Amino acid sequence: MLGIVPFLLRGALISIGLSAVGLAMGLLLGIPTALLKTYGRGIPRAVAVLYTEIFRGTPLLLQLFIIYFGLPDAGIVLDRFTAACLALGLNSGAYQAEYFRGALQSIDAGQITAARAIGMTQTQCMRHVLLPQLLRIVLPAWSNEAVYIVKYAAVAFTIAVPDLLARGKMLVSWHWRPIEVFLTVAALYIAILGTLAHVMERVEKRVRIPGLLLEAGRER
Amino acid sequence: MPEPECIISIEDLRKSFGPTTVLRGLSLEVSRGEAVVIIGPSGSGKSTLLQCINQLTPADSGRIVVDGIEMTGSGIDLNAARQRIGMVFQDFNLFKHLTALGNVTLGPIRVRRIPREAALERGKHELERVGLGHRLDHYPAQLSGGEQQRVAIARALAMDPSVMLFDEPTSSLDPTLTGEVLDVMRKLAQEGMTMIVVTHEMGFARQVADKVIFMQDGVVVEQGPPSELFVRPRDPRTVAFLANFEALWGGGEAGKRP
Repeated sequence: MLGIVPFLLRGALISIGLSAVGLAMGLLLGIPTALLKTYGRGIPRAVAVLYTEIFRGTPLLLQLFIIYFGLPDAGIVLDRFTAACLALGLNSGAYQAEYFRGALQSIDAGQITAARAIGMTQTQCMRHVLLPQLLRIVLPAWSNEAVYIVKYAAVAFTIAVPDLLARGKMLVSWHWRPIEVFLTVAALYIAILGTLAHVMERVEKRVRIPGLLLEAGRER
Repeated sequence: MPEPECIISIEDLRKSFGPTTVLRGLSLEVSRGEAVVIIGPSGSGKSTLLQCINQLTPADSGRIVVDGIEMTGSGIDLNAARQRIGMVFQDFNLFKHLTALGNVTLGPIRVRRIPREAALERGKHELERVGLGHRLDHYPAQLSGGEQQRVAIARALAMDPSVMLFDEPTSSLDPTLTGEVLDVMRKLAQEGMTMIVVTHEMGFARQVADKVIFMQDGVVVEQGPPSELFVRPRDPRTVAFLANFEALWGGGEAGKRP
């Protein structure tokens, strides 16, 4: 059984790569979307709302198929890896936007008022008051998203990206015993996710501030 | 004797929120070093008035001048102007992710660009001044309400304001904690800080105010030294308010002799 691990590990690297890119893309999309939904108006805000509605209202698999199989009809041809990253990123961005939006709304506006009262510009408020709190409040939900994305990245299998799961399937088709292969795949997933969860927990502990939680309203 | 210098001048201030008119052509003046207390029923526009002084709430019309700067003028750098006006809020509004010292030094370091060492020294000094030298490294969630408000006062003072605005600073505190905050404010007034305080603490008004202003329905109804306004109110609305006050809260702060 151990002999198949190196072969599977190459797939694991692809899974991790897909997840990392998807998560990062989700972050870059999620924060501006959350800001637009909370503070924006008119067309930009409508775009943000549309984006989150579409990508949270349809299955990830469907989004992947549209990007990989559907876009070529519109003249956009992407390789599998890029398509998978794009689908994961767009999907994650919509969910991350909701986590950030929830966190934003839990920060009371009074703090911003006080910051402006001492002469801070809107940008300074964002940077020195809003952002430090936002990142801490959103961390638990965000860690969750990181764990989920590693699991959901497995959909890449359906467009023949040679990720961990795909490689497992390959082995089975070359007549390795399915139960051996898939249990090993499972063990690898557990190892990856366990490490991720542990790292996130350490980060949470380090940046934790007494009284700063998602349930900020309950603190008084 | 030199003429008292007018440091805050408000002329014909008007403000509406949609269909509701809150300030109806309000005018008042505050001299340098004066401690002014504003009293009045809820909805009289007291908080809106304070928020208009530093234009956190933009005025609809009227002229506001603070320490030589016309706050309502066009092209004014409001951020720079606000550094000279300290504000203390009913709900403290401390920065929850920073310690007491962090709260007090954020403005000096990031807005006034004072070097870190100097800002920390000054911050410690201000916190000691309000009696919290031993709580520098505590976060707001670890402080009592009275302590949080005192940190808020220190935060405002650390910016070297020329005037301080207090918007019902003790209204969110339970009665046992109001004393420590009022003491800090009394000290400030004695040290000559120009301040406008919106409050229901009549005892404080009697003891500390140089001038008491009674507001109702968005205008100044009557103003004068506490010895006159509380003892011989002239306007029937003032009489009614003070009587009501005594009836509701009677015997407490309002009943105290200066």
